[in-house]
Amino acid sequence: MMIWVNQIVQGILLGGYYAVIACGLSFMFSVMRMINLAHGSLAIVAAFALFVLADQYGLNPFTALILVLPAMAALGWVLQRTILERSQRGGLLVPILSTFGLSIVVDNLLFEQFGADTRSLAPFIDELSYDSWSITDDIYIGKLAALTFVTAIIILGGLQLFLTRTQLGRAIRATAEDPDTVGLIGINAKRVNAAAAAIALVTVGIAGAFLGMRATFDAYAGGPQLIFAFEAAVIGGAGSLWGTLIGGIVLGVAQSVGAQISPQGFLITGHAVFLAVLFGRLHLDTIGTTFRKTVRRSA
Amino acid sequence: MDQSVSEAKGQPIITVTGLQKRFRALVVLDQIDFSMRADEAVGIVGPNGAGKTTFLSVLVGAHPPTSGTINFLGEDVTDVPASERCRRGIVRTHQIPRPFGGMTVFENVFVAAANGGNFAREEGYERALDSLRLCGMFHLANRRAETLGLLDRKRLELARALATNPKLLLLDEIGGGLTDGEANELVATIRELRRRNIAIVWIEHIVHILLEVADRLICMDQGRIIADGDPAMVMKTPAVVEAYLGGSAE
Repeated sequence: MMIWVNQIVQGILLGGYYAVIACGLSFMFSVMRMINLAHGSLAIVAAFALFVLADQYGLNPFTALILVLPAMAALGWVLQRTILERSQRGGLLVPILSTFGLSIVVDNLLFEQFGADTRSLAPFIDELSYDSWSITDDIYIGKLAALTFVTAIIILGGLQLFLTRTQLGRAIRATAEDPDTVGLIGINAKRVNAAAAAIALVTVGIAGAFLGMRATFDAYAGGPQLIFAFEAAVIGGAGSLWGTLIGGIVLGVAQSVGAQISPQGFLITGHAVFLAVLFGRLHLDTIGTTFRKTVRRSA
Repeated sequence: MDQSVSEAKGQPIITVTGLQKRFRALVVLDQIDFSMRADEAVGIVGPNGAGKTTFLSVLVGAHPPTSGTINFLGEDVTDVPASERCRRGIVRTHQIPRPFGGMTVFENVFVAAANGGNFAREEGYERALDSLRLCGMFHLANRRAETLGLLDRKRLELARALATNPKLLLLDEIGGGLTDGEANELVATIRELRRRNIAIVWIEHIVHILLEVADRLICMDQGRIIADGDPAMVMKTPAVVEAYLGGSAE
């Protein structure tokens, strides 16, 4: 019995990581109406950057984030202004294709540079990578997992405050609502979108850091991370910040429980829950639309 | 030429020269020359498809003109993007209101004040509240914009434009569908704007509301200005009667 409780606890904590990696994807989708398929690969870029700084220059990964996060923000800005903005003019499909292409380019550049070896940031953070608090004999909470979860809440809360309380945040929300109209109230939509891309990539950088600390990564590790981010974002309702946390937790718990049922059950249970939620949503949406139409007709 | 005349009455706020707008083969605006002073309120009438709305779109920078120049307050703004033109003082409202639905009424107006009006936080609040009061929307400030009815959406459209502190306000059929009482309120609001030295260009099909405010009337047809001057005179011009009312007078 306690084993199951423990698995659920681990799943919830894992959900914190998924929320961190999904929130950037969800943020970009809700603000710029763009699905960034290079999301996972960019997280791996950040992980490799942290690895190099730790391995070559002896920088602690947490310290190195001070360098890597601004670099990720700059990368986001440049990507938006050079690639994403142009591809967005071509409709909905072009950004998907171009970010898919970008992910292939990024993955292979990483492979070229770092080879096929798997790396991890765990050796550079000492006991944080394996230390845990024991709640009971069967339930333990990893310190890194707890830190990840708390970070997820801080990022999501921070984004929420940023969007509702700051001038740039309000400009971002207005642009998300109607990019064609904001120009007429003095907002430069291009600049706002570039700022939003920069913010999204900062969260990607943080996700890459936690990925590197909790597990191993290699040049092609971006793909699975993209899938997890995507699943968490969709389960939580794409575009909803706190929904992302719920989505991450649902995905994490499903995977942990699945792994407990069968050693191979980790991924497949996660995917199954994702598909169930996806079809459930589509079905409910149809019902919702029909209902609204009925109401409107009778009104 | 008439340059010296307008200088005598004060500098023109906006001058448009040889403006043309084509969408592929379709000529929507054809060699428009137009100038107005800051203390004027200009009404625009004309049949559907005359190019009135496109004219406003080109003035605010939503569409680039195919050729011609736009000069605002002595500077060429033809290539200045819409967001920058808004900050300089050219603002429009849409015929079909486009509020930011997920934001509150106050946020809609405040975001306009902060960005388009360049107001700092406290000033922006004041400006936003003032605009809401002026448009009779103060009591709705905390409603989400998507819950508003059409009339309130139109008011919000105007309040949001006002919050950006415009010098030249372009109104696109904000009077459509109003009752007489509501129309009177609108006329009072726009008169107040004139007292605040905002130059106004107003497209409106409901001519009698327009004539309460406009001291100059322009009639457009097929992308051209076919009459321009004193409202009563313009409405009697045979070409206007022909184009606008679609038939002969009497």
